[in-house]
Amino acid sequence: MDVMVHPIKTPGPASAAAAAAAPDSAKIIARSVNVYYGDKHALKDVSVDIPERAVTAFIGPSGCGKSTFLRCINRMNDTIPIARVTGEIRIDDLDIYDSSLDVVQLRARVGMVFQKPNPFPKSVYENVAYGPRIHGHARSKAELEEIVETSLKKAGLWEEVKDRLSDSGTGLSGGQQQRLCIARAIAVSPEVILMDEPCSALDPIATARIEELIDELRANYTIIIVTHSMQQAARVSQRTAFFHLGVLVEEGPTETIFTNPSDKRTLDYITGRFG
Amino acid sequence: MSAIYLIGLAVLVAVGFLFGLARAAATARSGPLHSRPPYHGVFVALGVLVPMAALYVIGVPVGQRLAESQALAAFDLGVIDDLKRSAILRDVQAVLAGRFAGDPGEALRRAAETYASVRWIANGTLLAVGFAFGLLGLVLSLRSVSAPFRARTHVERFINIVLFASATVAVLTTLGIVMSVLFETLRFFERVSPVDFLFGLQWSPQTAIRADQVGSSGAFGIVPLVTGTLLITAIALLVAGPIGLFAAIYMAEYATPRFRAFVKPILEILAGIPTVVLGFFAALTVAPSIRGWGQALGLDVASESALAAGVVMGMMIIPFISSLSDDVINAVPQSLRDGSYAMGATRSETIKKVILPAAFAGIVSAFMLAISRAVGETMIVVMAAGLAANLTFNPLEAVTTFTVQIKTILVGDQEFESAKTLSAFALGFVLFFFTLTLNVIALQVVKRYREQYD
Repeated sequence: MDVMVHPIKTPGPASAAAAAAAPDSAKIIARSVNVYYGDKHALKDVSVDIPERAVTAFIGPSGCGKSTFLRCINRMNDTIPIARVTGEIRIDDLDIYDSSLDVVQLRARVGMVFQKPNPFPKSVYENVAYGPRIHGHARSKAELEEIVETSLKKAGLWEEVKDRLSDSGTGLSGGQQQRLCIARAIAVSPEVILMDEPCSALDPIATARIEELIDELRANYTIIIVTHSMQQAARVSQRTAFFHLGVLVEEGPTETIFTNPSDKRTLDYITGRFG
Repeated sequence: MSAIYLIGLAVLVAVGFLFGLARAAATARSGPLHSRPPYHGVFVALGVLVPMAALYVIGVPVGQRLAESQALAAFDLGVIDDLKRSAILRDVQAVLAGRFAGDPGEALRRAAETYASVRWIANGTLLAVGFAFGLLGLVLSLRSVSAPFRARTHVERFINIVLFASATVAVLTTLGIVMSVLFETLRFFERVSPVDFLFGLQWSPQTAIRADQVGSSGAFGIVPLVTGTLLITAIALLVAGPIGLFAAIYMAEYATPRFRAFVKPILEILAGIPTVVLGFFAALTVAPSIRGWGQALGLDVASESALAAGVVMGMMIIPFISSLSDDVINAVPQSLRDGSYAMGATRSETIKKVILPAAFAGIVSAFMLAISRAVGETMIVVMAAGLAANLTFNPLEAVTTFTVQIKTILVGDQEFESAKTLSAFALGFVLFFFTLTLNVIALQVVKRYREQYD
């Protein structure tokens, strides 16, 4: 299940273009996904393929269902008592809504980064070590330290925090906190990382830093990012899906969506006529 | 008299308000005012209220003192002590009210007449001066109503003063209580050395009434009381700590909203049960059953045991711990739970590793509050723990606590000057010092570990 067993593709325009063009190496396959919050039909019949090792952006106006769909992929909707999900979502060949599936194992494969940075009120080290500890990934203290260091390096935070690993994670700046949350997610070696508007609480410089990081991470991880910023979607993603009123309107290579959308609603949205 | 004065005061205040309002409104017609008319009205009303109320507060006791001293002078007794003095004054009041049994006698009757006439003159003077002051205040403050007059500023300052005074009263009350307890404690330490008091191993406050009496030497060592109090508090915490905390976790993290809405009020009812009811529950229900179980197991259980009192006291503090902990656990932001669940943590892992550490400060202060309540609790231990000052850590024996001893010492007819009575103040002071220390520690812990969430 570890990403390391797959041959690591070199990141770059070639692989990105390949992923954007043909989602036949689909990592996640969703078919007829519906979500209900009580009586409210929040997500309607969504079917989509998410390519492996690429960034897929979900865009759309507020309340369009993009975050709802994102939360289906690691079954975070399970934590909302009134939410009900139908349809099928597969990661590789695993049906994640199969009754025998253990969400703990699913969430170890599908990490998540939230809108507001939410480091635990623990030290930087403990924040990153949290996942490996609960999943028993490290056999020794040295191994755990190794995982923490690698994760922080991958999240581009190591240089800034290596001398204050024992300081509280909540004492970092907003951008650093968000990268800490990314490091925390990476630490359990997920295959997929879900990001729910990861930059909406950050200033432009911190946002640029996170976007760079997302671009680096896509070499090893399948990333789905929900964003309100169309510029951000255009900058970081290879594929884009546009949601409107709970419906997946259109999905395709980012460039196509932004230059030559086939649906009028998409065109209206990206040209700023609503949303 | 008071009724007339107060009604007159109310009328004058109302008149002042209306006059001020009307005058300000009239002024407003010829140009803009600094303050809106109601502020002028309130200002004039205060111009009446403040001098009249002040005069009343000062005048009534002065009039009474005057009448009392004149009445006493009519007796011509020379120097008399407080006790005699208040006895005479009670008689005077009784004569005036026509409740005096039997013949009051010439002197007393004369004193009563003097008292009544002085009171009458004093009251009349107070009424006259009071209304004069009120009217003067009304006229003066009414004259200051003008366009540039800053009535709003003055009214705000008055409100500021009232609020400050309220805060001061609260602080001074605390200070006053501490001081009075402290002074009595110092008087106690004139009779019993502090070392004997704090480190003595024997508590038997009954001092000898006759010099040759046996077995009532009086020993004031509080160590047995300390151990008794700590033992019962520890038992209470052993009961209430886990139950309260686990209940809070269940209510905050596992229970459905319906269950929560049902159970929370019930827990609050438990908090509302008078401790005297819990006390006889402890003495009449819990203690005998503990004794019964003990005997079944072949243990020797006293009929009043620390265990019974502690268990029931634990029941008393469960709602404190659970309700407060529930609140602090709920205050932990949902984003932290989401973060933990998204890492693949289970519910109990999330609670253990994220929520409880984040809520730690609040939970500690909940426990501290519960301990303070337990240490200061009286009725349960009075009924269930007993009076025997045994120096023991055996929960099956009878022990006694600070509060029980204070109650026992002060109930019934007591000679105020004896070491026995004064020891109650010393016990109270130690108890106060103990809970104060607990509160300070709790505050420090909260400051040290509090997480700021925005």
